[in-house]
Amino acid sequence: MFEVVSNEILAENLHKMVLVAPRIAKARKAGQFVMVRLAQGEERIPLTIGDADPAAGTITLFIQAIGASTRKIVETPVGSFIRDVAGPLGKETHITNWGRVACVGGGVGTAVLFPLVKALAEAGNEITTIIGGRSERYVILADELGALSKNLLITTEDGSLGYKGFVTGPLSEMIADPARAPQAVFAVGPVPMMKAVANLTREPGIETIVSLNPIMIDGTGMCGGCRVQVGTETKFACVDGPEFDAHLVDFDGLSDRLTSYRKEEAHAAEGCKLAKEVAK
Amino acid sequence: MAIDRVHMPELPADERSTNFEEVNLGLSADQALSEAQRCLQCKTRNCVAGCPVGVSIPEFIDALACDDLPKAAQILRGDNALPAVCGRVCPQETQCEALCVRGKKGDAVAIGYLERYVADWAMLHPDRLLKEAKPASTGKTVAVVGCGPAGLTAAGELARMGHQVTIFEALHDTGGVLRYGIPEFRLPKEIIDREVAVLADLGVTIECNVIIGKTLTVAELTEDFDAVFIANGAGLPTMLNIPGENLKGVYAANEFLTRVNLMEAGRREDSATPILQRDEVAVIGGGNTAMDCVRTARRLGAKRAMIIYRRGEAEMPARVEEIKHAKEEGVEFVMLTAPLAIVGTENGWVQALRCQKMELGPADESGRRRPQAIAGSEFDIPAGIVINAVGTNANPLLTATAPDLKLNKWGNVVADDEGQTSIPGVFAGGDIVRGGATVILAMGDGKRAAAAIDQYLKR
Repeated sequence: MFEVVSNEILAENLHKMVLVAPRIAKARKAGQFVMVRLAQGEERIPLTIGDADPAAGTITLFIQAIGASTRKIVETPVGSFIRDVAGPLGKETHITNWGRVACVGGGVGTAVLFPLVKALAEAGNEITTIIGGRSERYVILADELGALSKNLLITTEDGSLGYKGFVTGPLSEMIADPARAPQAVFAVGPVPMMKAVANLTREPGIETIVSLNPIMIDGTGMCGGCRVQVGTETKFACVDGPEFDAHLVDFDGLSDRLTSYRKEEAHAAEGCKLAKEVAK
Repeated sequence: MAIDRVHMPELPADERSTNFEEVNLGLSADQALSEAQRCLQCKTRNCVAGCPVGVSIPEFIDALACDDLPKAAQILRGDNALPAVCGRVCPQETQCEALCVRGKKGDAVAIGYLERYVADWAMLHPDRLLKEAKPASTGKTVAVVGCGPAGLTAAGELARMGHQVTIFEALHDTGGVLRYGIPEFRLPKEIIDREVAVLADLGVTIECNVIIGKTLTVAELTEDFDAVFIANGAGLPTMLNIPGENLKGVYAANEFLTRVNLMEAGRREDSATPILQRDEVAVIGGGNTAMDCVRTARRLGAKRAMIIYRRGEAEMPARVEEIKHAKEEGVEFVMLTAPLAIVGTENGWVQALRCQKMELGPADESGRRRPQAIAGSEFDIPAGIVINAVGTNANPLLTATAPDLKLNKWGNVVADDEGQTSIPGVFAGGDIVRGGATVILAMGDGKRAAAAIDQYLKR
């Protein structure tokens, strides 16, 4: 059992939750995740470890409430318990001093980006962070990421904050400017965003790392549910990743496999918008 | 006149193929008593040699024949940490029963059925069991990695020797393959819960959600414990390496079974874990895992649930009983057929399994006749779900962070007959050493390793 010690709302449907998990707090490295099951009968879902405090024995999770399970998890009040939290899982991010690094986050991917930016900053990189959301209220962690970055650029699709458009706008400007061009790019967000970033950096040959989010069950490599095509090989994101060379990832395949249970999930999320629309 | 071997009562096939109730119903008291009397109590005791955990078979059967069930249960429990499991899932026909003297002329004694009868009786009558004397504590601690058959057996043995045992389990529940792999219609989950409770009564601590290699390393365990037993099991699914493997609707057996067995997908109306359900399901493979998948698919409502196997039925590694049960439940057996590719729709869903016909050629090194493709025999089998049940490879999760642990070329931990690995005080057994094998072989490893660990701790 894992006690919830804080649970705050960062943005619409986005919670920052701190849990007591001393072993995970001690062992975790940037880029790793946990498998979480709220209670008996609930499903196992992967969540990135946003931060950890080994001294306090706590880990921080950023949770976007998008489906039935995540909504139930974020409703857990402070002082209550989450039944199962297993980790840290996945490989840690390969961190080195590249020099100039661009870190790109979209939506809740921005939360997954946070531990990477922190680790890259600690390794002495000069970081430009580009984060985006549909509109101002979907932009998260701007202050926290700004404190770790040399530059922070914000984009919104409706122009309600920062640049109007997608994160790829400021990124392509950076790449085009020899004085600002990054030596490495980290991108985390929706699959189309990561694919667009990979397409921008492929031609100039900039090393690009993405953190993938396929469906997972056990998270320990025993089932292959999270498999993704990387180059000519099939990889299991839970043990071989979740971070991969963006120029080798089959994003279309990943995107497609993510829709495997769309019908079943809509059924589970009764009361959610999609189910209501279907009912009409 | 000689008594005939007992028949196990079963749920009728048409009734059971729509639910997850246990198929074998267990013997009645009269059946058990009369079957026990078929044992000749021979001096050779070949049956014991055929049992990987060395159960005192003639002794427990004798106690049963004398209607002394508490004594029978005590003998059984003394030799076997999981008798109710073994009585259900062991391939007795190739082990104890294969060596039974009565089997030379006629049918072997139904040792497995009797083991199950005694173990089930013991579970229902805890008040009538002879009290187990608590062993004196040795003050030594042992960490067991993995709560599957090997780990549970070793833990039970070590606890009875007076050592303080902690089991670390990566999943959120106990049992390993007994929980996530073997379906309820062969092994009700309640049986696992009760067997695990017996270990807890012996003082064994079980910590779930701890992944050795990630949450803690083997090095940390060797620091905190006097000895370590690694039994983390089956590992990564072997890929088919054919086109279309990543289409939607293609499962590895482990994923399909984990969703249904561990997460209760499709079994419980309100399970939060989804599972795809389609009319036509093709399962590739011929082992017990393939049988478990295909019978599960049938219970989830598949109209055509098919086994696709490249050899013939006689070459199938699955138990004869499982094949028989599957057939009774309407499973189709497509033999001498090898998959070439999985064919998908425009939207990325599986729609067929492309296969070719095979014929059996000369025997290979393993003594089995090697299947050879028949040219021009390609054909498609329509399927909305394809399940890969061809096997597993070693999982590198633990070994990746244990550089001193010697591995073989397949990534399995190298251990001697007693389970000793390349690290002093660290033992290993079960599938992480053998590759994918059986529950009872893993249990045999757990038992032998426990004896070796006991010796090591006394040094």
